[in-house]
Amino acid sequence: MTSLPAAPPGQKKLGLVIDLDTCVGCHACAVNCKEWNTGGHSAPLTDHDPYGDAWGVWFNRVHSFEAGDGAASRTVHFPKSCLHCEQPACVEVCPTGASYKRADDGIVLVNADTCIGCKLCSWACPYGAREYDAVDGVMKKCTLCIDRIYNDKLDEVDRVPACVSTCPVGARHFGDLGDAGSAVSRLVADRGGYDLMPELGYRPVNKYLPPRPAKTAAGATGAPAALEPRAAAGGNKFLAWVDRMLSR
Amino acid sequence: MAPIDWQGTERVDTSPDVSDEVKTTTCYMCACRCGIKVHLKDGAVRYIEGNRRHPINRGVLCAKGSAGIMNHYSPARLSQPLLRVGPRGSGEFKEISWDEALDKAVEWLGAIRRRDPRQLAFFTGRDQSQALTGWWASQFGTPNYAAHGGFCSVNMAAAGLYTVGGSFWEFGEPDWKHARYFLMFGVAEDHDSNPIKIGLGQLKGRPADRAAKFVSVNPVRTGYSAIADEWIGIRPGTDGLFVMSLIRELLRADKIDADYLVRYTNAPWLVIQSPGTAEDGLFARDAQGHPLCWNRKGHATANALLPDIVPALVGEFELPDGRKAVPAFQLMAQRYVDDRYAPEAVAAETGVAADTIRRIAAELAHAAFAQTVVVEQPWTDWAGRRHERMVGRPVALHAMRGISAHSNGFHTCRAIHVLQMLLGAIDTPGSFRFKPPFPKPCPPAQRPAGKPDQVTPGKPLAGPPLGFPTGPEDLLVEADGSARRIDKAFSWEAPLAAHGLMHMVITNAWKGDPYRIDTLFLFMANMGWNSAMNVPGTLAMLTDKDEATDEYKIPHIIYADAYFSETVPYADLVLPDTTYLERWDCISLLDRPICDADGPADAIRQPVVTPNRNVRPFQDVLIELGHRLRLPGLTRDDGSPRFPGLYADYMVNHERAPGIGMLGGWRGANGDEHGKGSVNPRQLDRYIENDCFWRHELPDDQKYFKHANKAYLEWAASVGFIGSADPIVLQLYAEPLQKFRLAAQGHGRVLPPERERARIRTYFDPLPLWYAPFEQASVDIASFPLHAITQRPMAMYHSWGSQNAWLRQIHGDNRLYMNRATAERLGISDNDWVHLGSHHGRIRCQVRLMEGVNADTVWTWNAVGKRAGAWNLDPAAPEATRGFLLNHLISELLPEREGGYRYANADPVTGQAAWYDLRVRIERAPADAGSSEPRFDPLHRPAGLADRPDVLRYGASFKARRALDSATGDD
Repeated sequence: MTSLPAAPPGQKKLGLVIDLDTCVGCHACAVNCKEWNTGGHSAPLTDHDPYGDAWGVWFNRVHSFEAGDGAASRTVHFPKSCLHCEQPACVEVCPTGASYKRADDGIVLVNADTCIGCKLCSWACPYGAREYDAVDGVMKKCTLCIDRIYNDKLDEVDRVPACVSTCPVGARHFGDLGDAGSAVSRLVADRGGYDLMPELGYRPVNKYLPPRPAKTAAGATGAPAALEPRAAAGGNKFLAWVDRMLSR
Repeated sequence: MAPIDWQGTERVDTSPDVSDEVKTTTCYMCACRCGIKVHLKDGAVRYIEGNRRHPINRGVLCAKGSAGIMNHYSPARLSQPLLRVGPRGSGEFKEISWDEALDKAVEWLGAIRRRDPRQLAFFTGRDQSQALTGWWASQFGTPNYAAHGGFCSVNMAAAGLYTVGGSFWEFGEPDWKHARYFLMFGVAEDHDSNPIKIGLGQLKGRPADRAAKFVSVNPVRTGYSAIADEWIGIRPGTDGLFVMSLIRELLRADKIDADYLVRYTNAPWLVIQSPGTAEDGLFARDAQGHPLCWNRKGHATANALLPDIVPALVGEFELPDGRKAVPAFQLMAQRYVDDRYAPEAVAAETGVAADTIRRIAAELAHAAFAQTVVVEQPWTDWAGRRHERMVGRPVALHAMRGISAHSNGFHTCRAIHVLQMLLGAIDTPGSFRFKPPFPKPCPPAQRPAGKPDQVTPGKPLAGPPLGFPTGPEDLLVEADGSARRIDKAFSWEAPLAAHGLMHMVITNAWKGDPYRIDTLFLFMANMGWNSAMNVPGTLAMLTDKDEATDEYKIPHIIYADAYFSETVPYADLVLPDTTYLERWDCISLLDRPICDADGPADAIRQPVVTPNRNVRPFQDVLIELGHRLRLPGLTRDDGSPRFPGLYADYMVNHERAPGIGMLGGWRGANGDEHGKGSVNPRQLDRYIENDCFWRHELPDDQKYFKHANKAYLEWAASVGFIGSADPIVLQLYAEPLQKFRLAAQGHGRVLPPERERARIRTYFDPLPLWYAPFEQASVDIASFPLHAITQRPMAMYHSWGSQNAWLRQIHGDNRLYMNRATAERLGISDNDWVHLGSHHGRIRCQVRLMEGVNADTVWTWNAVGKRAGAWNLDPAAPEATRGFLLNHLISELLPEREGGYRYANADPVTGQAAWYDLRVRIERAPADAGSSEPRFDPLHRPAGLADRPDVLRYGASFKARRALDSATGDD
């Protein structure tokens, strides 16, 4: 079993904030993650039978589903990757220390050199965020693009995870959720960001922002429920415009 | 056991080298043309990302663009020119050299050109080089040219260009920054991918005091519609009725921008009311041809184009010659205030509750008139009058395929533009905005060539093959009224077919109607599969032989594509293209450029990697072929090639008019002229230095009211975007349509055959009208109670996506999505296999139930289903075994109508393919069905295709090198 690092107050906790109000389910994050990471720290992200009944390793997957019935239903696009939990069961169950949580920034990683591919971590993770590479015989997972976010060979603006950099609607945000004053923490506070399955007690670092209230009720934009027809004097429907002096 | 200490477990390299080199170019994974940065390592593509500097995508990149590596390295890439040796469809080819391939093409095409150039039908698909391909067709001398616009969006393009001088998507965009209300019609999941996504993100993220509402009108709630503030699950093909009902509500409440109508539209122009005469319904004009209005300052008719007049919008007036006339506005208002368009009257047909229609109308009015946007920016109008600020109506409308792909799409799109005009919401702050080089005069000045005296053996066509007819005299018809073009574009069957009718080419060529052709030359068009209506019939026509001669009825087929699509086995000669990372390309202002509303822009592709196969960029091949055929534009007087450097040479050195070439940036000998200027030999270097694009930001006083903005119009005229700086008057009332209608009433020199007259009279209405889509009007609706439509998914662009090892893991098969309540009523459960039948065919597929779909509609992802063996997929791949197409249910011809004639399944005005008119019935199939139907014989891999790997470990080599570098201390 593997121990967790101490996490003093104010400890840096890097993670993602994902806005479910704007995610259109386009899979840009998932595919850009795949192309970055298949040549990155955990390379490759192996694909089996790629031109047949294909299945492969992905660190980020988008689940699209509907919630609710009939008129009350809505379509949800839900991107999901490792949540870099503060209490990651996947680390604690690791028999070799291969799964570990970094003290400096809280990122959960797997050391491929010591991973024995026993899959205990994937059984322990309630979020299904771990991905087994059957060719390498090791577990792989989201690294929060550890080879981008500190990479001094990239421009500073590019030192964010690939999924954040590429998201077309701007639904993905990266930052330090251990700092209450950071942009991501303020976003979570302002928008009521929430934990995925908090009842399980793993305390995910990544947060989700809920959809904003829909503006479907009459009056939601300030408009009346219907327009009042203008009285048509003498039955002439066009009288409204007859006397209007409109200059070209 | 004591816990293992987490410390010291791994040394993480947090700053690895990403690449040896980064090259910029333009994406081609869909039609958006985003700027990309391609990271190269060890000569291979390590990573593709969006370019932050690029005006289209500003650094972001969608799933398709991010999967470009897998298209580039796809095992479906063709590798060698191929000549068919077995029967068509057998896939039996021999590999030949490029010289042999070009000799063969010259043998066929040269003979045609000497005999009758029309016997070449040159149709391109998702071609981003139409400025070249259309010009090439014209040089060859054939009018039989078009690209895939007739499939896709010609209703939008034509309705827009005849009405407002621009159009949605290509030639206009919402004002994302200022809009307070965004109403989107019929937009498929990934239309205009990154620009719309960026815009929606911006719109949704507004602070509360400037919050915007996003309403999506779409039978299906996925993708963009999923994040709309309100989803209106309309019945397919009824958007026009919904819009006309909104118009009625606005008119009755007088919530219209009458000032805007008078200043910028033809609403006050007087329409002659003289039934039975040759000028009935035309604009009254003065001796110089200026349209007239009734000037209330002076109580007389006046030139409607003059400034400072006070035109009447309603009333009946006597013209100087004694005839009666009324303003166009009055005709429009009379039509739509009718109770036919009352919310209650259209609720059942549209599936939209009357209260909802009323509320949306009220919300539009509120946004337009109570949330007016003011940009503190002085500007000068066309008449030289200074305005201190720009005042706008922050209602942005956008529409696309769901409007376009119906046989009533032209009029529906016009209705949407009329709604915009009534709200004063065209190119004002917060509304729909033109992208330069648009607006252009309505319609643009180009006329299609192809009349008898414009086609001459051995000579170029006397003009471009596509254009915008303004009346019957511009049609391409014979004296007896029959079509001159193989697809019958610009004939009485599709008079305003500005993009051609690609979906009719094979059928017409096979029938010899209106005539036989010799060679069908296709580029990037999967006409043997998902780009064809009636796939089994199409394949039969491609392989059908003339009994007398034992020759194929379409004697020669040349096909150029980079990949082994379903169409390849039906070609006689295959010209293998490169991938988009291996070529020069030109996203030209003469074609469909990458402009945005704040300025014109264009772009290039540069080769970032070298092909490892015996393939050549199609555009290079076309230029060489043109020289071998001695086409004048491609051959110097001494017989040598005019563009020895092929397409890259052409992009720089070809001029369409003096100073106007393919690229607008860095023209002039010193590269300091933009838009217009002499050839600059270093132009491509300058593009590459600027990340492969050029953009000119308009000054702030030119950014709105472009149709009437003096500074903008003068600048646009100076660079050749428009012929003069005259204001562009928006056409509420479309006079060209009335000219066709008058011909159908027997007036004029060019008259339709008797058979066509009723049709022309009905559908060439100068004001938008709504009619039931043709298929549903032709079949027994009780037998085919459901609508069936398709869209492409966010992560896949038509057929190209299925060869992509990553994207096909996201969309490897497709289901038939249907409304849960409807399914329960019919006894259908989730995952059931069903038969889906239309008047034309029957398929088997598997159902997935959902809530977010119109109750009378079923839908699926387009082009996911594949023919077994195509695209070098395993014949047992899910695309082939569980995937399916609705194409098999759609006929390219309508059921027999009046007089037994079968018209094209198309819009009667534009010829736009009516894909979404399909009506179906659904029945449960045996529970053990297990696979989709119909199944076609598996295709055989042609020679030269790579083997499919069992396991793909792309990227492992980059890591291996990194490990080596770190072991050797090499940084």
